[in-house]
Amino acid sequence: MELNNIMNFPILSLSIFLPTLGALVIWLFVRGDRAVRWASLAVSIATFLVTLPLALSFDTSTAHMQFEEFAPWIPTFNVNYQLGVDGISMPFVLLTSLLTIICIVSAWECIQSRVKEYMIAFLVLETTLIGVFCALDAILFYFFWEAMLIPMYLIIGVWGGKNRVYATLKFFLYTLAGSVLMLVAVLVMYFKAGHTFSVLAFMDYPFDFTWQFWLWIAFFVAFAVKVPMWPVHTWLPDAHTEAPTAGSVILAGILLKMGAYGFLRFSLPILPDASQYFVPFMVALSMIAIIYISLVAMMQRDMKRLIAYSSIAHMGFVTLGTFMFSTLALEGAVFGMISHGFVAGALFLCVGVMYDRLHTREIGDYGGVANVMPIFAAVMMLFCMANVALPGASAFVAEALVLLGTFNAHPAAQAAMSVSTKWVAIGAATSVILSACYTLWMYKRVILGDLVKDSVKSMQDMTVREISYFVPLILLVLWLGFYPVPVLNVIHESVTHLVAQATTTKLVAAHALAQAAPILDAVRP
Amino acid sequence: MQESAMMLNTTELLAIPLLPLLAAIIVGIFGWALKEKLSHCITSGSVILAALLSVHVFVQVLGGASFYGNFWTWMVSDQFIVPVGMMIDRLTAIMMIVVTIVSACVHIYTIGYMHGDPGYSRFFSYISGFTFSMLVLVMGNNFFTLFFGWEAVGLVSYLLIGFWFKRESAIFASLKAFVVNRVGDFGFLIGVLAIWYYFGSFDYRTVFDMVPAFVEKGMTLSFMGWQMTAITFICLSLFVGAMGKSGQVPLHVWLPDSMEGPTPISALIHAATMVTAGVFMVARCSPMFEYSDTALAAVTLVGAITAWMCATIGLVQNDIKRVIAYSTCSQLGYMFVACGVSAYSIGIFHLMTHAFFKSLLFLAAGSVIHAVMADQDLRRMGQLRKYMPVTYITMLIGALALSGVPPFAGFWSKDLIIEATMVRDMGWVGNFASFAVLSAVFMTAFYTFRMFFLTFHNSDRVPATTKPHVHESPRVITIPLMILAFGALAAGAWGALGLDMANPDVAAGYFGHALFVLDAHNPLMMIAEEGGGDEAWYHFIFTMPFWLAMGGIGLAYAMYFKETAMPAKLAEVAKPLHAFLLNKWYWDELFERTLMLPAQWMGNTLWQKMDLAVIDKGLIHGGIVNSIRVGAARMRQLQTGMVYHYAFAMVIGVFGLLSYLLLKA
Repeated sequence: MELNNIMNFPILSLSIFLPTLGALVIWLFVRGDRAVRWASLAVSIATFLVTLPLALSFDTSTAHMQFEEFAPWIPTFNVNYQLGVDGISMPFVLLTSLLTIICIVSAWECIQSRVKEYMIAFLVLETTLIGVFCALDAILFYFFWEAMLIPMYLIIGVWGGKNRVYATLKFFLYTLAGSVLMLVAVLVMYFKAGHTFSVLAFMDYPFDFTWQFWLWIAFFVAFAVKVPMWPVHTWLPDAHTEAPTAGSVILAGILLKMGAYGFLRFSLPILPDASQYFVPFMVALSMIAIIYISLVAMMQRDMKRLIAYSSIAHMGFVTLGTFMFSTLALEGAVFGMISHGFVAGALFLCVGVMYDRLHTREIGDYGGVANVMPIFAAVMMLFCMANVALPGASAFVAEALVLLGTFNAHPAAQAAMSVSTKWVAIGAATSVILSACYTLWMYKRVILGDLVKDSVKSMQDMTVREISYFVPLILLVLWLGFYPVPVLNVIHESVTHLVAQATTTKLVAAHALAQAAPILDAVRP
Repeated sequence: MQESAMMLNTTELLAIPLLPLLAAIIVGIFGWALKEKLSHCITSGSVILAALLSVHVFVQVLGGASFYGNFWTWMVSDQFIVPVGMMIDRLTAIMMIVVTIVSACVHIYTIGYMHGDPGYSRFFSYISGFTFSMLVLVMGNNFFTLFFGWEAVGLVSYLLIGFWFKRESAIFASLKAFVVNRVGDFGFLIGVLAIWYYFGSFDYRTVFDMVPAFVEKGMTLSFMGWQMTAITFICLSLFVGAMGKSGQVPLHVWLPDSMEGPTPISALIHAATMVTAGVFMVARCSPMFEYSDTALAAVTLVGAITAWMCATIGLVQNDIKRVIAYSTCSQLGYMFVACGVSAYSIGIFHLMTHAFFKSLLFLAAGSVIHAVMADQDLRRMGQLRKYMPVTYITMLIGALALSGVPPFAGFWSKDLIIEATMVRDMGWVGNFASFAVLSAVFMTAFYTFRMFFLTFHNSDRVPATTKPHVHESPRVITIPLMILAFGALAAGAWGALGLDMANPDVAAGYFGHALFVLDAHNPLMMIAEEGGGDEAWYHFIFTMPFWLAMGGIGLAYAMYFKETAMPAKLAEVAKPLHAFLLNKWYWDELFERTLMLPAQWMGNTLWQKMDLAVIDKGLIHGGIVNSIRVGAARMRQLQTGMVYHYAFAMVIGVFGLLSYLLLKA
């Protein structure tokens, strides 16, 4: 009975719009920076509490959409306000609401100008991000997908670093160019699939191979830019370096996940045959991300740029796992995105802590930080080791699952490849070495060593406020590292269902439909 | 669970790794608030307790008890289940007492050695954490738990090598150790992936039970045109991991550098326990290695090369800890040779005796270093026996044990390794291995006593400024030395005679069914058949290794005790060879030129030339942005704003359209 009540209550709508409502209230009624900070913190915590029931009363035994909501939006074109989450999207809703709290706390002191606008931007961003993960209508999805650009554009463009204008333009144009093709693809599907924008209907409609091919490419461009995948990745290091700390956290933690989520929500289930066709292509790009990008990461002189490149490499694991079609690899991919949200987010926060003190991100400007900031050094060590995917950290679970799933790929993925996926897994496993190289080399140069620079000598260890936002991240990374089972259970059914969708050809049904088309036309009045 | 009647107590077993973990967490988090005394009481107390419990478990295991069970599900997805559990058998039990006893000695020793160091509690937290990780490594019942322990000891090793993080050399060594170990872990991970792929389980028992039937199926795979059986692939991958962790050529380069860490951890981690994890793993996987002759040959070959090569390097090193470190690499090579020739029981036996005498040598060296104001250079020591009698005697025991002089510990195990290698027919690999292990006996004895004489005898070369400080170490340091000296004295006889570790019929000896040897391979059986095993214990008098060891000691005596001017002359005569050995066969330079610099060059090139130049400047700016700019500029020129231009265009257009329509009609 109680459960039913929860299921009927529009939790998703509330989670989506509560932050914006809060932002509206703050804009209209709250005066003074201090009050704005506390009010936004309250709104973000309230949103987190609203999203919490999603996890607590989530039914892990089904792959069906849960907490569904439906309302007509633009009836003329059959556009609906359709929401729902499954085991793949639900974790991201919680990830978003949790990271937003951390972002707001982390911006407490380092943002001193236009505090109110900053907080409003973050809350609106939260709305659009949660919206993306909940939307089951393609137009609604597109709406949130594009709307998200605006607050992010402002966050980097107004509160960013020296080259922020260049970085924002690059970020904006890249993602916009990508998503335009997605809009075209959505419209094509609307006309093909019988005038509906429902993602679930798209999943059931048998597109023939030619259409799948072109639609897949259109979606690929949109998602690849967001992930980002080589060679459309160069906007990310720029955006990361120029963004304020919290912007980087959200960018790495959530925004990158949207691209990979798109592959999971659109490409795989809607276009299974094209997805299989493109397996070798995706594997090649993923391997480039893992090896090439890791080498590039190693040589970076700017800490944020290094972590940005490391994010691309880790997302390579996600895309690799996605296109192996095995349950393990897909679970690893989804888990990897969650884990990476915490680990990369925490590393950006670490850089932020140092940046707040010395106002530089250059590795060469530091050295011997451990002498003056022992607590910080320990915290950063923990997250560096998590980035290296040491067992006990969440990233290890993800990496192990992806590698196992790749070594033992689904026959559908294996059939598309000319080499055994075993060798792919072995190639990807070089990340074990490379990630250690770039992460720990940075750690050595920044944190370890003797105190030489006067500027470093003046650094103070973390404040209680700073520690307060690292504690939940530490606990989460360790919890997911040692006891990932609850999260894996949430993901499991949906992923199993997705594997079935991605490996079942639509061509037979498409062929039957094409055969039947003249007859249907004949009987049509 | 078959032996439920003789199951060990679960709580007791869990307490053994968890006590040190708890201590490490408490001291790690609250170390800043704790006094030195409280820090070391918590950690040492818990480790001593774990050692006592381990001994208790060991006694029960000797009585026939064992344990097998899971406690925790780490990951799960359909049939994919990664449990966390324990398997306690004879192999585990001996590892547990080695780890906990050496660790307890090192904890006590550290109280004296690290006294006054600003990172005192941090150090204790690390070594207790290490004890936990190492125990997980040996006690686990599946490959994932093993991998967890494997990586956890690697992490603690990294933290401890770089413990004095102000020193550039220390933090470089720690990074090097971690990265080189990760190369090994890469292989290990692939082995684990392949095990899951072929067996669908990570569990030791399940996998090992399936191996014979699996080998029957004769599954092969080809790698770069090289055909091999699946079991060979798995074993070779796992062995790469063992090479990394146990410092085998060419992944040995990190181990000598790890001496940058404080001496107690050199003894605990880089001599007695962690570096032997590879040997333990190979022995643990004996049911798999036995079915792959290729893998066994690889293990033998790599072990033999390492045993020989590192011994040659050890001959000329001037840093007291480096001599012992190269000796460790070399002795680990011996253990691998033992495993390679299927004498796993002897490999583990040598592991045990080595743990005692090598940690003794390190701790004694630490005592010396402590006395001469943290100087590690043999060239600035000499005649120290007058000042530190306890260290002198205990180090002598360690040196004799390492050289393989009966009746000290090293003799019992090393002698058997050599015999087993010589009796086992493995073609050229076997011949080379026999040569390597024999000649390395001579070199081992020589460099050990070279170091010993240079430290305690020879001429007094201690700098005048250090002189007044030279003193015997306090009792917290000498007592662990004495305990370990007792081990170095007695462990060999105890293992061979008391525990029956060297029984040719492995299943009937100490190890029972914890190790697996195919009868056709068993070198110990071959020795017994040839009549060697029946002879009395004093048959060593007639063996070559004994006289080689004596020769090595004798030469060291001649060169560093009697004719002390000779070494310098010799080095002058054989200058290129001396430089080659002194520079450790130039392995570091080789890796720097062939791996490090090319990787950095690649990274830089891909970044500057590809990402920035080709993609950003070329494609995006030059291609897309520019074509839009140029295109737009062209388009703009069309809009001249002059009416007659537009009128002209309109006329042309109307004309064109009309003619098209007319022609079409």
